[in-house]
Amino acid sequence: MQELDRFHEEAGARGVADPREAGHARHTHPSAKEYVRIGMILVVLTGIEVWISYSGLPHGLMITLLFFFAFVKFALVVLWFMHLRFDDARYSRFFIMGFAGACILFLVVLLLFKAFA
Amino acid sequence: MADTTTHAAPAEHTSTGLPSTKLAMWIFLASECLLFGALITTYVLYRGSSTTPPYQHEVFDIAYTSVSSFVLLASSLTMVLSLVAAEKRDFARMRLWLVATALLGMTFVGGQVYEFTSFYHEGLKIGGPGSNLFGTTFYTLTGFHGVHVTVGILMLLSLVGMSWAGRLPDDQAFPVEMVGLYWHFVDIVWIVIFTVVYLIPQPKPPGT
Amino acid sequence: MATAASVPAHRGIIRRPTATTGWLSWFTTIDHKKIGILYGVSAFAFFLVGGAEALLIRAQLAKPDNTLLNADQYNQIFTMHGLTMIFLFVMPMSAAFFNYFIPLMIGARDVAFPRLNAFSYWLFLFGGLFLYSSWFLGGAPNGGWFGYPPNSTTDPSIGMTFYAIGLILTGIASSAGAINLAVTVINMRAPGMTFFRMPVFVWMGLVVQFLLAFSLPIVTVALFEMLFDRRWQTNFFEPAAGGKPLLWQNLFWLFAHPEVYILILPAFGIISEILPVFSRKPLFGYQFVVFSGIAIGFIGFGVWAHHMFAVGLGPVANTAFGITTAIIAVPTGIKIFNWMGTMYGGDLHFDTPMLMAVGAVSMFVIGGLSGVTHAVVPSDYQQTDTYYVVAHFHYVLFGGAVFGLFGGIYYWWPKVFARMLNEFWGKVQFWIMLIGFNLTFGPMHILGLGGMIRREYTYPASLGLTFWNQVATVGAFLIALSVLIFIVNAIVTQLRKPGLENEDPWDARTLEWTTSSPPPVYNFEEIPVVHALDEFWHRKYAEDKEGRLIRVPAGASDDAPDTHREHAIHLPSPSFWPLVAALGLPVIGYGVLYSWWLVGAGALLAIVGFIGWAMEPPVAD
Repeated sequence: MQELDRFHEEAGARGVADPREAGHARHTHPSAKEYVRIGMILVVLTGIEVWISYSGLPHGLMITLLFFFAFVKFALVVLWFMHLRFDDARYSRFFIMGFAGACILFLVVLLLFKAFA
Repeated sequence: MADTTTHAAPAEHTSTGLPSTKLAMWIFLASECLLFGALITTYVLYRGSSTTPPYQHEVFDIAYTSVSSFVLLASSLTMVLSLVAAEKRDFARMRLWLVATALLGMTFVGGQVYEFTSFYHEGLKIGGPGSNLFGTTFYTLTGFHGVHVTVGILMLLSLVGMSWAGRLPDDQAFPVEMVGLYWHFVDIVWIVIFTVVYLIPQPKPPGT
Repeated sequence: MATAASVPAHRGIIRRPTATTGWLSWFTTIDHKKIGILYGVSAFAFFLVGGAEALLIRAQLAKPDNTLLNADQYNQIFTMHGLTMIFLFVMPMSAAFFNYFIPLMIGARDVAFPRLNAFSYWLFLFGGLFLYSSWFLGGAPNGGWFGYPPNSTTDPSIGMTFYAIGLILTGIASSAGAINLAVTVINMRAPGMTFFRMPVFVWMGLVVQFLLAFSLPIVTVALFEMLFDRRWQTNFFEPAAGGKPLLWQNLFWLFAHPEVYILILPAFGIISEILPVFSRKPLFGYQFVVFSGIAIGFIGFGVWAHHMFAVGLGPVANTAFGITTAIIAVPTGIKIFNWMGTMYGGDLHFDTPMLMAVGAVSMFVIGGLSGVTHAVVPSDYQQTDTYYVVAHFHYVLFGGAVFGLFGGIYYWWPKVFARMLNEFWGKVQFWIMLIGFNLTFGPMHILGLGGMIRREYTYPASLGLTFWNQVATVGAFLIALSVLIFIVNAIVTQLRKPGLENEDPWDARTLEWTTSSPPPVYNFEEIPVVHALDEFWHRKYAEDKEGRLIRVPAGASDDAPDTHREHAIHLPSPSFWPLVAALGLPVIGYGVLYSWWLVGAGALLAIVGFIGWAMEPPVAD
């Protein structure tokens, strides 16, 4: 195994040493067209969300739907634009730790206050 | 063993095979989830708790903010198109899309500034006499987001400048990818903010 | 990736420095070892200041109705004592050890991002100085290290604004360091150094970095909310506007509970290195020690409201957090048993590092026991806000962390400074410190249960608290004496010429001891290839049929050192941009207090610093 050459401090190369990464980089990149398609879907979803907010649906249903669509948009951007779907699973693990942590913080703190008031 | 300093495209040898900067960026974004998580928790905790006006339904212009949201979403698209160009080594096109991303970002921030100013003139204040919890939490949450967008714009423009001046390493796609990760993150935070702050309707306080 | 061939040779804004010796080199260094020393020296200096604050507290409390300090002065002193010991001593001293030893222990030449490392140090230092400048600019923080609003948000003195900004600054420094060290451990291990061949110290370091990365953002939000309330009269914690002071408590403790694990895990790591060496036995249950450390990290995020049992969360919440708090004692207990198992049947040598480590474990157990009593909610109702709590956390923090850190100091001093601290005076320090420590904090259990309220500048004579307070004060001055002994020991030691007779004075087990003392700037002539846990030990010793150790002459062992040739060792040059960028941030801080122009100037300085940093070539021309 080759030594760690520290000359290129902070250079941040693509990790070509790992052929799996290189393979992913070359073959499973979405094309520009696919990205545009994702972009269109995001636009449509946003439009639906705005419509829902004006729609006068019952409050509980509205919130559920809005959270649902927000989550779908969130996932589309993270998985495709941020490339997590095609990248090494370890990046996802770290991101999910943070994201799950934030969700749990949100739920528990709000629960503590409702249980309270 | 060959002297790696003369390789044309030397690899970074890390224990995981993953580039350190990308690993660092994802851990950073994970920590940023907690930053915005705490801010959003504060906002939601206090929603509907203002004891004095103006209230949400009096100041929000959903149509206007929707346009802002489309602008930011579009900027994520232009960002990823810039990366596609960079990977094809079409650096002129890459810079074009980066500039487009920055311009869309500036439009978004400009839109925020306009929105904040008009809210202010309608009496919504962040603090001090005449302020309420809605103003406090709204300006803080969206302000933190706006600062993050601004930092992103500075990074985008720096990238463009450094690329144009030939100051980027040979693999220009990598720094573009890194800045892109940050930029998309700022976009997904907005996706959450737009839903939670603007779209979810608030019960109107009694008497309004 | 930048190579000499692919990037046109260019200069940054200003020529990048090259010197690695001389006093100026300390300001431009990006070498993890020098940065470790900078952290250690700064942390120790703050330790002395925090200790002086402690002595003032004890002097004031030695007599009932004492007038040495008035209430306002006392509030500032005890607040700064806590802030200093936590943020400016234990954390940076741990950072000193992590910075110096993690790269060495994993066989790396430096951390993943050396300039970011320097940036973290300077920002920590500037943050600490910023906090202390408050004494001269209107008054130090006086709302306790926990800063509860509305007291903290409405206090007219400027101190708590310094608190909010100062901790934001040091928080950014620690966050950057956390990402840096986490990536270092994950990505820069030597060939063959799998995760489960890493020393426990490195594992504890990794867990701490994730605790920092995920808890600091939460308190940063809380601090900004407090800052905005104080500076711009926002309503986050303003009850009249609907704000809830309890939001602060939740956000603060969401950070501050993981923080206590951030404070103790480094010491646990040090203990896990010292005990095996001085028992001449491998660590018992290595995997259990590692997994329990990870478990403590996770569960540590689930116990925060045990600091809030008495605020009225309700029985469901109190029960839930009581249960999680009891659960977290389990992985901690597992470690204790594994440490005992390490010593059991070992060839024990009670040199000072070992004394400190054993002292740390035993004192921590006492603190852990009082902690378990806190987990029982009805019992905690009696203990909360009394000196019983002060006893508990000093037993775990001073007893556990500080003794552990001193253990590390004695253990690694020869590696860093090429001299041995005097063993006799080391033992004297240990015993006086142990006795003084127990005299100071032991009685506080009694005082607490006897009704002495914490965070109060005095107490009336009629409460019958005087005697034990006097004992505690005597104990505190004994601690001071022991620290003085250490300082003299250190100075006399350093005045001697450097040079160790034996570069492996403790017959240690881990890779940092394979280098010269101090290590060369590039750490290893050749990056080691690792075949086992305790790699260095296995290079020195094989075992015979009965399992007895046989010293292997160099090169004759089955595991001959397997290094591989390197052509050239390239290291990045020093840089001053991290310092420049870091300097911009406290300037912004002063700007928030005094003038928007300063905010602009600070922001400009920081931006210039970051751009210079981005543009400079990896090595000087």
